[in-house]
Amino acid sequence: MSLLELKNVSKIYGSLHALDHVNIKVEKGEWLAIMGPSGSGKSTMMNIIGALDKATEGEILLDGVDIAKKSASALTDIRRDKIGLIFQQFHLVSYLTAVENVMLAQYYHSVPDEKEALEALDRAGLSERAHHYPSQLSGGEQQRVCVARALINYPEIILADEPTGNLDEANEEIVVELFRKLHEDGTTLIVVTHNPEVAEVAQRTIVLRNGKVDHETINENFTGKIKHITLQ
Amino acid sequence: MKKRKMYFRMITASLLRRRSRMVIALLAISIGAMILSGLLTIYYDVPRQMRAQFRNYGANMIFTATGDSIIPEDVDKAAALIPSDKLVGMAPYRYDTVRINDRPVMAAATDMKGAEKTSPFWKVDGDWPAQSGEIMVGKNVAETYNLKPGKRVTCTFAPEKEEEKGPAAEAGENQGGTDKAAEATTEEEVVLDNYIDFTVTGILDTGGKEENYVYMNLQDMEELTGKETVYDICELSVSANAKELETIADQITESVDGINARLVKRVTQSETTVLNKLQALVLLVTVIVLALTMICVATTMTAVVAERRKEIGLRKALGASNKSIVEEFMGEGLVLGAVGGLLGSILGFVFAQVVSMNVFNSSITLMPWLVPLTVIASVLVTGLACLIPIRSAVDVDPALVLKGE
Repeated sequence: MSLLELKNVSKIYGSLHALDHVNIKVEKGEWLAIMGPSGSGKSTMMNIIGALDKATEGEILLDGVDIAKKSASALTDIRRDKIGLIFQQFHLVSYLTAVENVMLAQYYHSVPDEKEALEALDRAGLSERAHHYPSQLSGGEQQRVCVARALINYPEIILADEPTGNLDEANEEIVVELFRKLHEDGTTLIVVTHNPEVAEVAQRTIVLRNGKVDHETINENFTGKIKHITLQ
Repeated sequence: MKKRKMYFRMITASLLRRRSRMVIALLAISIGAMILSGLLTIYYDVPRQMRAQFRNYGANMIFTATGDSIIPEDVDKAAALIPSDKLVGMAPYRYDTVRINDRPVMAAATDMKGAEKTSPFWKVDGDWPAQSGEIMVGKNVAETYNLKPGKRVTCTFAPEKEEEKGPAAEAGENQGGTDKAAEATTEEEVVLDNYIDFTVTGILDTGGKEENYVYMNLQDMEELTGKETVYDICELSVSANAKELETIADQITESVDGINARLVKRVTQSETTVLNKLQALVLLVTVIVLALTMICVATTMTAVVAERRKEIGLRKALGASNKSIVEEFMGEGLVLGAVGGLLGSILGFVFAQVVSMNVFNSSITLMPWLVPLTVIASVLVTGLACLIPIRSAVDVDPALVLKGE
């Protein structure tokens, strides 16, 4: 049984089909990239998989349970227990320190544990910046706090929406390296990106166009390491 | 770390590290609490202050005789029934007609120190009589006889004929003292007019019937008339509310046979009316201020929620339930309410003190129970003010706000 399966999922806004009968399967421990041009439905799919939004029709099976018709309250529980979210704009709470931001996810999930939060930040290479506020961190550091926050509750899926969109190459590499380590640890990763270099690192890439799956590619030479293309 | 600890850490961090907006909310709550605490202090203290002011408008209780007159012992008994801290002044009066230049003038004898307290509104040009042989005359009397402070005036009193004389008059005559005899003209009887040469100490200007009287000490009246001292009436100034006054008056009437204690309705009623209106005004202002505070806090909290929509969306994306969002924002509001209430109750006492000193010229007593009451009221008002902003926080759609829409 797949960890996640979308069956004929559509999202319709008036006459616009943001997603149009999409079928996707994601296996446990897989690293999947979702690509596509602007307006192709990437973010809509991210919101639906992340239990932030509801599909108009279709089934979304997470661990075999259809979450498509769940109530808002049940979707909150799913986000809390099963999904770790990473955003392009980081979205850290400005008045909490890095470690407190990580503990925030623990707070809603179970019980805050500062030691564990510090260990998560250590995995992200930020142990020395744990007590800094977001405004005192660089973009890359902020995104690494987000990664620590996303993995702190050991979610079944980590869902990253354009995680490197606001980062320079050096920080992009650091974040991708973190993803690789997570993947090695058996975490299921779904990364929405428009950056081919980031997509190519994944095991499999799905390309969306006009709300439909246009095609998908398997990375035969999967290493989990980013290769930057140098323009001649 | 326990969840509660993290909860307070988040709330305090939010309040302390986002000062500018919170200072505005805190100011609004503090000012509201200050007015609430100050006005409540005044509300409870103003009757005491006002009663003291009303005592300037004269006696509010009168003893009249159930028989012909009141004996001093009955007045003493009645006075003992009034709590000493409430009795501002007491002036027993005895009236009789004396003659000045052979023309009749109404004389009132009283305890001058007591009269000064029961009639503080009397305007005296000169001084009140302080000792025997001194007299205060009403303005009309002074004009009629061309009297001024320092001048001397002779008051005479024609004693009753022998058969009409009472034992008191006889006793007075037998005492001798300053009584002088005047020669009589008839053959069969010798009628002696009593007289005393008084020094005028002051001219009384009240605008009322008191200006037709002369005022002397009780001993002088006794000496002049030769009659034992009894009172026609006794005026009292008592610092108490209408209900307390009625209780005291009833108790005196019941306990002391020779006295009928009555309230001066025009004074007690106007006092009650003014106090009731003033207290109603204070309550009304308090309610309006609380409403304004609530609007100000609600506006500030609405702005806070609008500013923090992304943060709310993030919290929801991380799995925060609506209950958690309500708890967090309400917690911030309640902490603000408690701190603002505490600050306001302190400032409110200062405010009440300033008002009291300027309006009533006397200091106000601190009522410690007002502090928790103000804090609770501030917390309630802030809690109510937070309801609408929190509702909009709960309605935040994380999918929309996290995309920046």
